[in-house]
Amino acid sequence: MTKYHPLRQLFLARLRTFYREPDAMFWTYGFPLILTVGLGIAFRNRPPEKIVIDIADSPRAVEVKTALDADERFKVNICGTDECADRLRLGKTTIIVELGEEYAYRYDPTRPESHLAHISLDDALQKLAGRADAIDTKNVEITEPGARYIDFLVPGLLGMNLLGGGLWGVGFVITDMRVKKLLRRLLATPMSKSHFLLSLVGGRLVFMIPEILVLLGAGWLIFDMPIRGSVFAIVVLCLIGAISFAGIGLLVASRADKIETIAGLTNLVMLPMWLFSGIFFSHDRFPEAFQPFILALPLTQLNDALRAVILEGQSLFEQGVPILVISTWGAVAFALSLKWFRWT
Amino acid sequence: MDQPMSAVVICKDLRKRYDSKKKGVDALNGLNLEIREGECFGLLGPNGAGKTTTVEILEGLIRPTSGHVEVLSRQWNGRDDTAIRQRIGISLQETRLKDKLTVFETLVLFRSFYDVGRDPEVVLEMVQLQEKRNSWVVKLSGGQRQRLAVACALVGDPELLFLDEPTTGLDPQSRRDLWEIIRDQQTRSRTTVLTTHYMDEAERLCDRVAVVDHGKVIALGTPSELIAKLGGDHIIEFDLAAGEGAAPDIESLSGLPEVSTARVGSDGYLLTVTKPHIALPALIAQLESQNHELARLSTRHVSLEDVFVTLTGRHLDDDEVSPA
Ligand SMILES: Nc1ncnc2c1ncn2[C@@H]1O[C@H](COP(=O)(O)OP(=O)(O)OP(=O)(O)O)[C@@H](O)[C@H]1O
Ligand SMILES: [Mg+2]
Repeated sequence: MTKYHPLRQLFLARLRTFYREPDAMFWTYGFPLILTVGLGIAFRNRPPEKIVIDIADSPRAVEVKTALDADERFKVNICGTDECADRLRLGKTTIIVELGEEYAYRYDPTRPESHLAHISLDDALQKLAGRADAIDTKNVEITEPGARYIDFLVPGLLGMNLLGGGLWGVGFVITDMRVKKLLRRLLATPMSKSHFLLSLVGGRLVFMIPEILVLLGAGWLIFDMPIRGSVFAIVVLCLIGAISFAGIGLLVASRADKIETIAGLTNLVMLPMWLFSGIFFSHDRFPEAFQPFILALPLTQLNDALRAVILEGQSLFEQGVPILVISTWGAVAFALSLKWFRWT
Repeated sequence: MDQPMSAVVICKDLRKRYDSKKKGVDALNGLNLEIREGECFGLLGPNGAGKTTTVEILEGLIRPTSGHVEVLSRQWNGRDDTAIRQRIGISLQETRLKDKLTVFETLVLFRSFYDVGRDPEVVLEMVQLQEKRNSWVVKLSGGQRQRLAVACALVGDPELLFLDEPTTGLDPQSRRDLWEIIRDQQTRSRTTVLTTHYMDEAERLCDRVAVVDHGKVIALGTPSELIAKLGGDHIIEFDLAAGEGAAPDIESLSGLPEVSTARVGSDGYLLTVTKPHIALPALIAQLESQNHELARLSTRHVSLEDVFVTLTGRHLDDDEVSPA
């Protein structure tokens, strides 16, 4: 009896079919790792770019250019008035200065880089003309881990991966078994249906552990990402997320009897969250009116909670709202799938 | 077999209609069956006759449109389903298993669903798959997969075994191995329900046979009873060389001594006879007197195929769809 425990055998079968499938392994572990490293390198912090300034040609242009060239913040060109105007329009320069009786600046104040150019250029030209600083100042420069793009990105990718795991690792797997009539063959045995579903969810929880290790490990080892909160809190959040997303995967697969259907439904669920839930950039960038909808998404809450714990070192107890939102999604999804699920 | 034989499967007035967009298909039209404990029961019929539909209703995989079904004295009602499933073994007409589990892992998985059952190692030996023990299912040949499907049906040591065309695609040796398995079920007084297209198989294995056509049982009995219905147990088949003269008429052929029926088959004439040693000389004499030359002549025992053709006018491997 114990030698052939059905839950154990179903669970083993799930593990085996997973690790024997190179595609599943790649999309679960390889792809997020590549994404982390790739984006981490592409968006690493670089010294600020030079400010491009055009001086409209005039007798004093060369003299002013030489003086400004000494300041390494600037890249200065001299060109005819029409050409300067064209360059500004095309975004090749940020500001034009005309050196006359009084200096005239031409720029678009709604472009952040032009705005910055205006302040810096005016400051430099005023100093050249002899203005003295009213107070002495000194600069202390800080570039701290935790505030960089990679630090923002890794928790988001972790959340995204957990969502994908639930939808592909549960939803797609079930539909695939249904399409291939495997579910039907299992149904013809006295197998307990809850054992079957438990084995799928259990599989997800096991596959989740290397997911966390790979992503946080890459962030920590390669990019020196800080992990300020407790590992326990991170694991608990991932666990709640993984279970809820497994529930959503199950719900999506309740009736799907074609691979095309499950692929479409999976995208329907994932795309809005990829866009709105703050994986690659903060969801605060969307208009205020969208926020209630965005905050209601489970991935938004998971990503926010993961960032709060990993980057800000918050405790699990401060994550009450996210945990509530995520588990409500999970509970509703499981309840609905129990109602709608079709085995054949 | 000292107890009175009780019915393990009963179905009464079974009907099944598949509704599709264009038109519905009536797969079963009032099918009745009673299968007794310990027998090997064969379902015979051409493609589309309703064999798989019948078997899958008995297995609780399809709901009938109407009719009464009883399996092992229980009904498929949701409550008793698991209890029935513990005691039956199923090999579907087309069984798909997990591609990337090994043969042995698959058997252990199926074994784990049953409270009591056979040792997977033993079952592996029964279907002669020991050599493939550690191969992935995806790497098996068609016949090997078929044997694994049967093994999955056997691993729960079922009282009632359903095999839907288990020998289709098997080589002769594997077919004989499978017959051994079914005989073993019989000697242990366990019931087997078998669908097949092979006449010799049904004649060899089945205690009773139901011939199904258009979703109904059109004949039922032991193979020898059915054969006896033809009025003879030998068949003379012959064909004439193309030549002069009118073809011999059926009337005069069936009037020959010891010939009970005569008909024109797809490739010649068929006579059902009781005593070939009397019928043959008479036939040859008649053909000679009419100046016909024989191209081919053979005699053989009557088979279920002949029964089927006599009953329906079609061959077993003909499709159900015939020009109306
Ligand atoms: N899912 C389905 N939807 C619609 N029609 C179906 C379905 N399954 C079977 N049928 C129809 O029901 C009839 C009986 O099919 P069934 O599979 O029971 O035949 P069978 O006797 O097993 O044939 P075979 O010897 O080819 O296996 C056929 O006409 C078939 O087309
Ligand atoms: Mg069939």
